[in-house]
Amino acid sequence: MVHDCLGSTACLAANIGFDLDGFRNGFWQLTIDGLAWGSIYALVAVGYTLVFGVLRLINFAHSEIFMLGMFGAYFCLDMILGFVPSGNAYDKGVLLTVFYLGIAMVFAMLVSGSAAVGLEAVAYRPLRKRGAKPLTFLITAIGVSFVLQEFVHFILPQIIKGYGGSNAQQPIMLVRPKTQFHVFDATVSNITLVIVAAALLLAVLTDVAINRTKFGRGIRAVAQDPITATLMGVSRERIIMVTFLIGGMLAGAAALLYTLRVPQGIIYSGGFLLGIKAFTAAVLGGIGNLRGALLGGLLLGIMENYGQVVFGTQWRDVVAFVLLVLVLLIRPTGILGESLGKARV
Amino acid sequence: MHGRATRSAIAASSAVLVVLGIAGCSQQSAPGENSAQSDLKIVEQVQIDQNGEPVKAEGGLTPADPAGDGKANCPPLSIAMAGALTGPDAALGINIKNGVQLAVDKHNAANPGCQVQLKTFDTEGDPQKATQIAPQIVDDAFTIGLVGPAFSGETKATGGVFDQAGLVAATASATNVTLSEQGWKTFFRGLANDGVQGPSVANYMKNSLDAKKVCVVDDSTDYGLGLAQAVRETLGPIADPACNISVKKGDKDFSAAVTQVKGHSPDAVFYSGYYAEAAPFVQQLRDGGVTATFVTGDGVKDPEFVKQAGASSKDALLSCPCGPATKEFADEYTQKFGEEPGTYSTEGYDLGTIMMKGIDSGAITRPALLDFFRNYQGQGVARKYQWTDTGELTTTLIWMYKVQ
Repeated sequence: MVHDCLGSTACLAANIGFDLDGFRNGFWQLTIDGLAWGSIYALVAVGYTLVFGVLRLINFAHSEIFMLGMFGAYFCLDMILGFVPSGNAYDKGVLLTVFYLGIAMVFAMLVSGSAAVGLEAVAYRPLRKRGAKPLTFLITAIGVSFVLQEFVHFILPQIIKGYGGSNAQQPIMLVRPKTQFHVFDATVSNITLVIVAAALLLAVLTDVAINRTKFGRGIRAVAQDPITATLMGVSRERIIMVTFLIGGMLAGAAALLYTLRVPQGIIYSGGFLLGIKAFTAAVLGGIGNLRGALLGGLLLGIMENYGQVVFGTQWRDVVAFVLLVLVLLIRPTGILGESLGKARV
Repeated sequence: MHGRATRSAIAASSAVLVVLGIAGCSQQSAPGENSAQSDLKIVEQVQIDQNGEPVKAEGGLTPADPAGDGKANCPPLSIAMAGALTGPDAALGINIKNGVQLAVDKHNAANPGCQVQLKTFDTEGDPQKATQIAPQIVDDAFTIGLVGPAFSGETKATGGVFDQAGLVAATASATNVTLSEQGWKTFFRGLANDGVQGPSVANYMKNSLDAKKVCVVDDSTDYGLGLAQAVRETLGPIADPACNISVKKGDKDFSAAVTQVKGHSPDAVFYSGYYAEAAPFVQQLRDGGVTATFVTGDGVKDPEFVKQAGASSKDALLSCPCGPATKEFADEYTQKFGEEPGTYSTEGYDLGTIMMKGIDSGAITRPALLDFFRNYQGQGVARKYQWTDTGELTTTLIWMYKVQ
């Protein structure tokens, strides 16, 4: 029976379900889990949106910056803090665990941040100096993305034994998921709590940094009108660097939070789908718009989680992209529109 | 401006530390949770037939030796091996490749007059890539036999090409039932198919595990769907239709599936897919408080599964048409490759050995080797090999393994 339609789309289509009961019963749980995913999308989406705002460039290599952040966090736990990977959760007590996680997060942010700045210096700046066309940047971004993936896939194992290669890293789990409290009979685990809290804090900090500080004003000025901004004494090159740095650091933080949730996800290809989703989130909220990226991320995470229960788990990605198409049909510039460049003091 | 950015970065990081601290404070520490390196391993339990009944393995038979009598003479020849050598499922492909390599090397070392070359082709397990690679294998006039392709999808996509070229394509691991129903005359399967594995493991769950309710989860691949379907059919009403779940290969987060399984509190969960997804799935099941026996198929039977899932993989049951390695084989393999033989290593070795025996017996053309395979009958490391007209083995048994 199933053999007749193996691999054919007709067969797969038969698997679409409409489990509205499952959706109703699990509503709060799905919302909370979706919120945790959405927070991670949101943090990564900021990197896409800031770079787009300043350079009008979709930095497709951003997903690999995220992936490097996961490896950075792993490296920190494994080599610097001396945890032995075992697939079992450690129990170091609350305060120590938090301390170690904090260190790993800072380290991941450093790795991702410097990778993003390095990427900008090596790949994009020379193109800018030569006045390359936007399409050239786009192709370069895709190329760099492949280069970074294959670097981790093939070359990293030669440099550090046991890193990279075809298999995921053997997990180092610092936190065992445990229910903390209930919200409308949905369980909230310690990991969800950490992810949402950390992401929220970073989002607020970024928002303040962009909207309230001097270099934030610089970023907005360059986004709005690069030439005039330069005439007003803003160093465009430096602004671009800072933009990549912020985007990279947030991706690094997101990477650590992601590995809390999916300890087995540290693999060379691990950033790809998440990167596409985060990009989708950025477009959904209005690319170039910081708050749009945050909102888009949360919305995408929640809707996707609803969708996978209503239509079946295997339709999760489809739900995400259909949502994007629908929103863009109604609002071509995304939910909040492209506003990073709009004058707003 | 620069200094300000740095200052903000430091402020941000320290603020993160504080928030993590606050969030973590509500967490109670679990006593006795051990963080030591686990020494869990996949250990063979019992060989079962289609009814799930245990079958005693035949003892005392010597497996065929690729070295032969050392007097073989042959022109320069090669055999090919195709499968995933890179990519997320590379471990399985490499296991097979190493098995074949061991057979070829033993043969070449013993027979100076007959040097066979092993040519490996990386398909990444992807049917599209395999379709591009198949003509390369066929066009090489020196190649008279192929071990592979490794996975069902790619075998299905390329079987016609090998059939047309009259090239023996002996797979060490593709278990989709339909492969032997395509009318290919060159297809040989070195192990039992999903049509055997599915009912065997399903009956085992029903009879030996005494499961009253089973959730069957598949990964939406050719392999995963086919095996899951066979299991669901045999289990009948025991496979609760309300918790038939399809996930997607590449997924790492199974929270929705876990919630669904939890709501049905089954006695066992059968996962039909590969280890890269099974590891996070079983871990999330256990973290979510599901204590049902985790049963799964051959795609998960890899040391990586235990490495990735850690303590969560304890007591998981794995069915596999693949045979365990004998001690002698394991020693030779470990000495050569620096790691223990994995899933399908024995099959790769056995199929390689049969090719070497064919070449030594004078079957040095594609039609001759094909003929040799058709009439072959002999003991290997993993089992006895003899094929039907469609390329299936005449006796098909399944091994049950357990993580312990």
